[in-house]
Amino acid sequence: MTRAALAILRKDLLVERRTRESVPAMALFSVTVLVLFHFALDRDSLDGALASGVLWVTLLLAAVLGVGRLFASEREEGGMDGILLAPIDRTAVWVAKALALLAYLVVVEVVAVPVFAVLLLGPDLMPALPGLVATLVLADVGLAAVGALVAALAAESRARELVATLLFLPLVVPAAVAATAATEPLFAGAQTADGTGRWLIFLAAYALLFVLLSVGVFDYLLED
Amino acid sequence: MDVTRAGRSLPAVAGTSPEAAAGPAVEVRELERSFGERPVLEGVSFDLAAGETLAVLGANGAGKSTLLRVLAGLLRPHAGSVRVLGAALPEDGWRARARVGLLGHDSGLYRALSARENLRFHARLHGVGRERVEELIDAVGLGSRAQDPVRELSRGGVQRLAVARAVLHDPPLLLLDEPRSGLDPGAEELVEPLVGRGSGRTRVVVTHDVEGALEECDRALGLLGGRPAFVAGPGALEASTVRRELYR
Repeated sequence: MTRAALAILRKDLLVERRTRESVPAMALFSVTVLVLFHFALDRDSLDGALASGVLWVTLLLAAVLGVGRLFASEREEGGMDGILLAPIDRTAVWVAKALALLAYLVVVEVVAVPVFAVLLLGPDLMPALPGLVATLVLADVGLAAVGALVAALAAESRARELVATLLFLPLVVPAAVAATAATEPLFAGAQTADGTGRWLIFLAAYALLFVLLSVGVFDYLLED
Repeated sequence: MDVTRAGRSLPAVAGTSPEAAAGPAVEVRELERSFGERPVLEGVSFDLAAGETLAVLGANGAGKSTLLRVLAGLLRPHAGSVRVLGAALPEDGWRARARVGLLGHDSGLYRALSARENLRFHARLHGVGRERVEELIDAVGLGSRAQDPVRELSRGGVQRLAVARAVLHDPPLLLLDEPRSGLDPGAEELVEPLVGRGSGRTRVVVTHDVEGALEECDRALGLLGGRPAFVAGPGALEASTVRRELYR
């Protein structure tokens, strides 16, 4: 499975590098939303729950764009048949798509988090960075697992981007709640981030649940 | 027209491969497949021995491409039985998958990748070496364009590359949907040893070229609105009659 997953991942990253259809759109979208928040709230200094909520809503909505395009090259160019006819464990497709989405999210966050810090965040970002990175990593794994699963489910439907969005957002509510709660004390300027660890454990459990669920059902999802 | 009506058991022509010794390479009995409430294939039955070619004829929407996708294991039969290279579909589809080459409507190629990158990607999935990729790029005459993105290739170039992709893993069974589409006579000659009768592979060929199909097939299946109009050897069929029956 590793060989097939790496082959599909490598292909996806190569196609994205050449076409630039997902990551730039996600990054531009997230920056635009942060600018909108900046002006809509008429504040340039947020902290605590509000800062945390603004960041995570922005990242989740940017993730929706990536989920919608995750199977685009297969769908638009007929590549899925070739993959399905190969003698591979079909779970490799999910692994590759989840890793691709994970990579896209990381790149988007590398752009969006500094912009957020400059435009909106009140407290200094640096002290919060280790906790924020841990939260981002765990949340991203969960979002990528759910995103790849949902994208495969929606890929064959007619209104696929709408279906993907409508399935993805409710499923990631627990992750959004946990990530926001984990980040809140980090953005409150507190010296100790009480409670963050508990929410990080929740995020890890959420990610594990969807990884296991996806591995269990993905093969059946690709059946006609 | 002296033809064998669909649904009757048809004698398999003896072949030389292991599949022939074990039974027909493709065995379809009373196949049915619908999309929603709309039946697309009904009561389709035929046998195909190893090394034989079946031409599938019919008007647009007759169910030809759906039949290919069922045989490839990409669509489940809703009724009837389908055996491909000894594997019952869909239960044993994984056994047949690696031994089937599909050349469908879509090229299945990524336009942003080069010809070589596309074939190498599929080669990795099939566990095929790079030598085979280079061999096929040369065989379809794309040696000088191997680094070019597929989006820059001509229609014929894309079709030649799609042919190379379909035979990359040297499958004993080929499912071909209009394999000569977009090819000039020179390109047709290039792909003939790969997907033509001379390839020695068992082939199911969907085409609108009635004369060409009757010339090169061992038997022909005519589909009319998803139902088999005939299954017959080419000697029993006349092109003009086939046209009248299927394209009226």
